[in-house]
Amino acid sequence: MGDLVQLVVSGTATGAIYALAALGFTLLWQAAGTINFAQGEFVMVPAFVMLFFMSFVGVPLWLAFLLTCAVSMLFLGYGFKRGIVDPLIRHGVIPLVIATLGLSIGLKQLVKAGYSAEAHPFPNPFPDGQFALGNLHVSYADVGTLCFAGLIVISLQMFLNRTVTGRAMQAVAQNTDAAKVLGIDVRRMVLYTFLINAFLAAVAALLVAPTYLAKFDMGDSIGQKAFFAAIIGGFNQTRGALLGGVLIGILENVVGFYVSPAYKEGVALMLFLAVILFRPEGLLGKAEERKV
Amino acid sequence: MSTRNRLVVLFASLVAFAVLPIFLKTYGVYLMTLFCVYLMATMGLNLTVGYAGQMSLGQAAFFGIGAYHAAILLTLGWPFFVVLPIAAVACFAAGLALGFPALRVQHHYLAFATLGFNVLVYLVMRNEEKLTGGTFGIANIPRPSLVGFSLDKPLPFFYFTFAATILLALALWWLLRSPWGRAFAALRDNPIRAESLGVNITAYTLLAFAIGAACAGIGGVYFATLVNFVEPAPFHVTASLTMLLAVIVGGSGRFFGPMLGTVVVVLLPEWLRFMQNWYLAVFGFAVVALMIWLPGGLLSIPERFKAKGAAE
Repeated sequence: MGDLVQLVVSGTATGAIYALAALGFTLLWQAAGTINFAQGEFVMVPAFVMLFFMSFVGVPLWLAFLLTCAVSMLFLGYGFKRGIVDPLIRHGVIPLVIATLGLSIGLKQLVKAGYSAEAHPFPNPFPDGQFALGNLHVSYADVGTLCFAGLIVISLQMFLNRTVTGRAMQAVAQNTDAAKVLGIDVRRMVLYTFLINAFLAAVAALLVAPTYLAKFDMGDSIGQKAFFAAIIGGFNQTRGALLGGVLIGILENVVGFYVSPAYKEGVALMLFLAVILFRPEGLLGKAEERKV
Repeated sequence: MSTRNRLVVLFASLVAFAVLPIFLKTYGVYLMTLFCVYLMATMGLNLTVGYAGQMSLGQAAFFGIGAYHAAILLTLGWPFFVVLPIAAVACFAAGLALGFPALRVQHHYLAFATLGFNVLVYLVMRNEEKLTGGTFGIANIPRPSLVGFSLDKPLPFFYFTFAATILLALALWWLLRSPWGRAFAALRDNPIRAESLGVNITAYTLLAFAIGAACAGIGGVYFATLVNFVEPAPFHVTASLTMLLAVIVGGSGRFFGPMLGTVVVVLLPEWLRFMQNWYLAVFGFAVVALMIWLPGGLLSIPERFKAKGAAE
C-alpha cells in the first residue's frame, strides 16, 4: 500500500509535466485548429537553449529560464505561427500535420548533428533529498514540480477567466466568426495562444529535463503523451488536458512497478484506445456536433 | 501527356529498371531491391493516406509485423508462399483491430493511435526475447526458391521482388478502378456527400487502412528475406515517418506518387552521404518548405506550371 501511494505521488509530478505540454496542445487546437506534431520538440529545444545559456553565457538557472522563455516565445511561438502555420492553415489539416512532422525531424536532427547526440545532465531547480511524511518518502523535486506546474496552471486559468484579454481568447476559441463580429482582434488573440503554448513548453522543459536528461529525442515521448493526455481528458476542455496528463503519469508509474518497466511507454496508448472506444469525446469533454 | 505517351514512358522506365541491375555491383542491386520492398509498403500507405485521406504514422509497425512473421516462420522451415499470405492476413487483421477504435473519431486521432501502436510493436519486438530475439534479432532467414530455381543470389532475388512489386501495383491499380476504390476517393473528397450517397464511411476507411497495412506486411516479408536478418531498429517510428514522407513528397493520392517519393527517401540518403548527420535535419526542413510551396508533392509540379500558364 505504501508503495502504491509513493508511486501515485511521483506519478502525479510527472503527469503535471505532461499536462503542461498537453495544455498548450489543447489551446492551439481550440484557437487556431492547429495540431502540432512538433510539440515534443517545443519542449526539447528550450531545454537545450537553457543549457546553452548556462554553459556558454554562464548565467544562473533562473535567468537562463527567463531568457529561454523569451527565445522560445519568439521562435517557437511567433516564428512558428508566421512561418509555418499562417501559410499552411488554408490548405487544411493534413499539410500542416506533415509540415510539423518535418519540423519535428528537422529540430531533432539539428540538435543531434549541430550540438550533441548524448544525453546531458540538467541542473535541478529544486533541492535534492526527500522528506518523510509518516512512512511515505516524498522528494523535494516532486513537490517542487507539482507546486510550480500548479502555479502556472492556476495563473493561466485566472488569466483566461478573469481578464478581458483572456476572455477574448476564449471567445475566439469557441467561435471565431462571432468573436470577430464582436470586435475582438482575432489574429492578435491567436498569436497570444501561440506565445502561451511556447511558454508552457519552456516551463515543461525546465521541469522534465532534470529527471529525464536533455537529449535530442526527449520530445518524442513527451509530444505523444501530450496528445494522448489531451484526448483522454477531452480535446475541447482545458481541464481535460490536466486530468489526462496526471492520469497518464500515475498509471505509467503503477504499470512500470507492478507489471513491467519495459511496457511503461505503452500505457498512454492503451488508455487512449480505451477512452476513444467508450467515450470518444474524452473523460471531461462535451460531444461536438459535426459541422457540415 | 496523352494516355499513349504515358504508357510508353511507363513501359520504358520499367524496362530501364529491369535492365539496370545487370550493370550494377551487389550493393546497387541490394538498393534497388530495397526500393522495391519499401515501395510495396508506401503504395499501401498511399491507399490509406492519399486515397482514403487518413493519416497513418504506423506503417513501419505493419512492415515489421510482416518481417517478423517471415523471420519466425521461415526459420522454422515453413514454405515462403505459405508465409506470405499469413503475414498479409495478420497485418490486415492488426489494421482492423487498430483502425476500429481510432476511425470512430476524427482522422488525426488515427495518426496518434498508429504512432502509439508503432511504439508498442517496437517495444514487443525489443522485449519479447523468446519470440523475437530482442535486440539480437533473428538471423539466417532463408530465401525462397522458385520451382527449383534458387533465389539466393542478389540478381535473381531482385527480379523476384520486382515481379512481386509489379503484381502488387497492378492489384492496387485494379482496386482503385473498382467501385471500392472510387468509394475510397469519394469519402476522402467529401465524406458527408459520400455518406448520403450510401457509402458506409467507417467500413470503407477501415478497409482502406487494413489493405494498406496488408501491403506493408507483404513488403515486410520481402524485406526479411532480402536482408536475411531482422532486428527492431528498421521498424521504429522513424521508419514510419520516412514512409509517410515518401508518399507526401511524391504526391499523395497519385498512383505514381509513392514511386517518386520512395526514390527520394531510399536513394537520396545514399547520394547525400557526404552530409552525414546533417542529412536528416536538412530533410526535415525541406519537408516544411515543400509543404509551404508545393503542398501537392513533386508530381504536382507540371499542373502548377499549367495553372500558371493559364493564368497569364
